[in-house]
Amino acid sequence: MDVKNFNTIPETLPIKKIVKETDTIWTFMFDYELGSKPGQFVMLWIPDVDEKPFSIAYDDGKEFWLTIAKVGEATEELFKLKEGDLVGLRGPFGTGYSWSKCEHLVLLAGGYGAAPLYGLARAAAVDGCKVDFVVGARSADLLLYEDRVGELSSEFDGAVKYCAATDDGSKGHKGYNTEVLEEILASKEGEDVKQIYACGPEMMMKKAAEIARDKGIKSELALERYMKCGFGVCGQCCLDDSGVCVCKDGTVFDGERALGFSEFGKYHRDSVGRKVEW
Amino acid sequence: MTNLKVKFCGVEFENPTVLASGVLGVTASSLKRVVEMGAGGVTTKSIWMEEHPGHKNPTMFGTEHFFLNAVGLSDAGIEKAKGLFAEYGEPQGSGAEKVRPAPVIASIVAGKQSEFAELTEEIVKLQPDIIEVNISCPNIEDEFGIPFACDLLKAADVTKCVRHKLDELESKIPMVVKLSPNVPNIGRIAKACADEGADGFCAINTVGPGMVIDLKTRKPILANRVGGVSGPAIKPIAVKAVNDIHKMTGLPVIGTGGVLTGEDAVEMMMAGATLVGIGTMVYYREAAGFGEVVKEMDAWCNENGVKNVGELVGSIK
Repeated sequence: MDVKNFNTIPETLPIKKIVKETDTIWTFMFDYELGSKPGQFVMLWIPDVDEKPFSIAYDDGKEFWLTIAKVGEATEELFKLKEGDLVGLRGPFGTGYSWSKCEHLVLLAGGYGAAPLYGLARAAAVDGCKVDFVVGARSADLLLYEDRVGELSSEFDGAVKYCAATDDGSKGHKGYNTEVLEEILASKEGEDVKQIYACGPEMMMKKAAEIARDKGIKSELALERYMKCGFGVCGQCCLDDSGVCVCKDGTVFDGERALGFSEFGKYHRDSVGRKVEW
Repeated sequence: MTNLKVKFCGVEFENPTVLASGVLGVTASSLKRVVEMGAGGVTTKSIWMEEHPGHKNPTMFGTEHFFLNAVGLSDAGIEKAKGLFAEYGEPQGSGAEKVRPAPVIASIVAGKQSEFAELTEEIVKLQPDIIEVNISCPNIEDEFGIPFACDLLKAADVTKCVRHKLDELESKIPMVVKLSPNVPNIGRIAKACADEGADGFCAINTVGPGMVIDLKTRKPILANRVGGVSGPAIKPIAVKAVNDIHKMTGLPVIGTGGVLTGEDAVEMMMAGATLVGIGTMVYYREAAGFGEVVKEMDAWCNENGVKNVGELVGSIK
């Protein structure tokens, strides 16, 4: 048996740059040859604090970005760090998204989900895909990555199209991003959509997968569960009732498969394994 | 084809591999998947009476030589365990509609002797096939002093407490004590537990504790600073401990520690193990590794004229 390449001791590296997307969402940039695929994640160790999983927003082979929301104790502390401070890194982990060349794709982001889907949009555009990038948020000030997706659009000659949906109608479509998805699929331009990708709140992803299934289109969803190890050992993120690990067998799952998980859209588990309803 | 079935304290297992406690043992779905992958039995993550938070991350990582963890026995308590057992299924042969796919060992843990008795009473109601009394986790010493398993008298005392409770309840569920390798006299500790009514043993728990320091920050990486060592590096320690316990007590042992392959499992059985506990293997070979280990055991037995895998137990010369 080949037991090489099993080193998962965190590697410490300095934060190269911090970009403030909003007051509570920052992008941390690192010079590091991560070698990740879109949709994968890393475990980020904040020394003396905690270590948490974060999806990768961008990776060009030399530099990678993590776009992180301040949501709890660990991220509170992370947001106190400055450029040059050291953090630890394990990964990349997880399966990542799949796509084929020159296809029409719809990417559906809810809130922070825009960051990991940005990496997919870029990679798919490089492969000649036409990408509808639909971002949903409560209000216009919470829409993420609008400028970056705009730049992608110019860089790839309009192949990437940005579309916003806000609950309060302060920008783009007033309502859910899944409604925009349905509009796209009903339109003439949407006839050739080959795959739908969703990343965001579980109920949004469930709706997206149902829409895709009803239209006979393949979908991929990035699931989120409490994780400790990130490599399929601790059992914290195992899904009912298949028992597969989100960290290892996912986090990206085929939408139809995800709809078959008995806990999907119903509950997740906390740090001690107790069921918590969504 | 070798007969891979073994009997451990009267409980029949399809093959000698059992999932060790602490790996993939949070949910019933996960345990069932491990059985689907080929394990002969499974052990739950250690169950506390009440919720126990465990340590912050980082809690685990590995290299090709070893694995280090300090999860800190996180668990939601007995209420969650009730749900897990209901989902995992009723005992085999019970005639119930939903029967468990393989025997399940309930690992229990407590901070005081009296709590072990209280927890035993609750766990018996869930009808595990075997109860494993975890007195040897090295990651909780800050809270409770040294583990019970590192003190002969305390180890014997906990065993006596659980035995007394099981007898009082007229329970026939076998009780195994999970021992620590971090002692100079594991055989004698096992003997003391055997004298107080242990039916068998699980050995070993993790070695150490150990520590890994990040050179740039000069900080230990585990949030708990120290953690239990498992994986390939500890196999020789485990084999020796299992042999000591087997020789000293003659009781059945779940030989655990560093088993990654079928040949490792065969070695553990030669040392005296009836069942082979497998945990960290999942890091190296994924859950599907259970089926591969079983195949490798079968192949070794076929090549070496072993008709019944049980013949291997204690066959060390």
